[in-house]
Amino acid sequence: MSLARSWVRRPWRLAAELTALLVAAVVAFPLYWMLLSAFKPAGEIESTEPRPWTSSPSLDSFRRVFEQEAFGRYFVNSLLVAVSVVVASALIAFLAATAVTRFRFRFRTTLLIMFLVAQMVPVEALTIPMFFLMRDFGLLNTLGSLILPHIAFSLPFAILMLRGFVKAVPKSLEEAAYLDGASRARFLWQILLPLVLPGLVATSVFSFISAWNDFLFAKSFIISDTSQSTLPMALLVFYKPDEPDWGGVMAASTVMTIPVLLFFVLVQRRLVSGLGGAVKD
Amino acid sequence: MTRTVARQTAPAPAQPRGGARTRAGWTPWLYLAPALVVLGGLLVYPVYQLGLISFLEYTQAQVSGGEPTSFRGLANYCELFADEQFWQVLVATVGFAAACVVATLAVGCALAVLLTRVRAVPRLALMLAALGAWATPAITGSTVWLFLFDPDFGPVDRLLGLGDHSWTYGRYSAFFLVLLEVVWCSFPFVMVTVYAGIRAVPGEVLEAAALDGASQWRIWRSVLTPMLRPILVVVTVQSVIWDFKVFTQIYVMTGGGGIAGQNLVLNVYAYQKAFASSQYSLGSAIGVVMLLVLLAVTLGYLRLLRRQGEEL
Repeated sequence: MSLARSWVRRPWRLAAELTALLVAAVVAFPLYWMLLSAFKPAGEIESTEPRPWTSSPSLDSFRRVFEQEAFGRYFVNSLLVAVSVVVASALIAFLAATAVTRFRFRFRTTLLIMFLVAQMVPVEALTIPMFFLMRDFGLLNTLGSLILPHIAFSLPFAILMLRGFVKAVPKSLEEAAYLDGASRARFLWQILLPLVLPGLVATSVFSFISAWNDFLFAKSFIISDTSQSTLPMALLVFYKPDEPDWGGVMAASTVMTIPVLLFFVLVQRRLVSGLGGAVKD
Repeated sequence: MTRTVARQTAPAPAQPRGGARTRAGWTPWLYLAPALVVLGGLLVYPVYQLGLISFLEYTQAQVSGGEPTSFRGLANYCELFADEQFWQVLVATVGFAAACVVATLAVGCALAVLLTRVRAVPRLALMLAALGAWATPAITGSTVWLFLFDPDFGPVDRLLGLGDHSWTYGRYSAFFLVLLEVVWCSFPFVMVTVYAGIRAVPGEVLEAAALDGASQWRIWRSVLTPMLRPILVVVTVQSVIWDFKVFTQIYVMTGGGGIAGQNLVLNVYAYQKAFASSQYSLGSAIGVVMLLVLLAVTLGYLRLLRRQGEEL
């Protein structure tokens, strides 16, 4: 790093820093515009002279979003789905990642290749068979029809990414634990799990996002019982192709983005080092 | 991707011999059992069913149980391949995915390099902005970008002085708009990963190269690029897989595939065939085509890994 700095002479660094700030502003602009539009009064949103500020912020759009029938219900449903997916896939992926990194066994490489192949399966293409499967399970119109598929779809990537973290725990620690008389289960849950936890959190981001973002399954599997619907459906209510209620869309988008944003900010540092660790090895 | 795996796993006699070893024989499978059950039931079986449906006559009548399903062999595929629109959509999908991958990688890598050249404050600003874009759900990102480029109320047309130019009307400008959103939400992954990779390159290596009189360009080309290769391969393959499967952005931003389906990509096309016109078997056949294309990408990646002598 220090070397990288000394390569570049001063004016170049200033130019680089200005560019970085400019790019940051451009990248952040859509989010800023979303927030701004959510707080603009109706007249200012539907204005042909959009201004990058508002002189009279209003909560009207948010009110429309929250007054929507069962909006709170949608929010809780979305949260339930995302949290169930995160917890279940983290535990299952942790066990599987431990198996493929800390043991040598037949078909180990085959399995790894299969996980690699599995993560490229286009989720959307499986909507059709998944629909029939959920119908046979009797899960249509329940949150289960959203939770189960997302656990399956987030597992392969989670396992592949967790490998780096599980591998990083030194073998000597495992041997020491066994020498001290710890059982395999004890080592797994009381020593390995806490050590891998940062990685588990970083991995969770991906399963959280995929579950939280999903609108295709919600749209296809929750057909008649709208009380089981999730947030994206509440957003799409405002988004009518010909006459969208932009204020409502932006306010609902804000409500939907904030939990993910919070999650990202909380795990940010772990995510960066986690990706480095997962890919570096 | 896994240079140290070989180092760590090859000398594996840490496992005690004898009885303990046979017990170890079952333990990994015990740990794998939940994952295998879930993946088998909810991924492998649906994929199998997808293939099966693509060979059947499967429309609304069969779904409701009104008519029995009948085996059609390759008839669905013949119908699909005879359809001009399918080829048009396939070409559009490949072209669109390629453009997205190239743009995402170019932006992501350039910004990763930029991150190594700036001090803490601009770095933090760029990092936070990127994380914000990354965290934005695809559906909200799509609606926000659409609003930014809205012909009546969006700021972009005003800023560029385009009057009430509609971005979603023309085929290519609609694809371009979707591309912008896709790049916006997927470059952070590339940037953060490549940046982490560059930081992991030991300083001594660069110092040694500089002492040997290598120019900056030379250091990039001959030292950093080879060291970053595994990471670049991973982010490229990951981007190809993600961008080939783009669904939400196209579906939301172009209203389900654009005017007269001009902006359809395979994923949306399959969905429209299946759920909008109840041709489940045709939709499944499109899904199978997608799977095969992505499988080819993955196999190519595995061959690349093997050729580099890397173990999974």
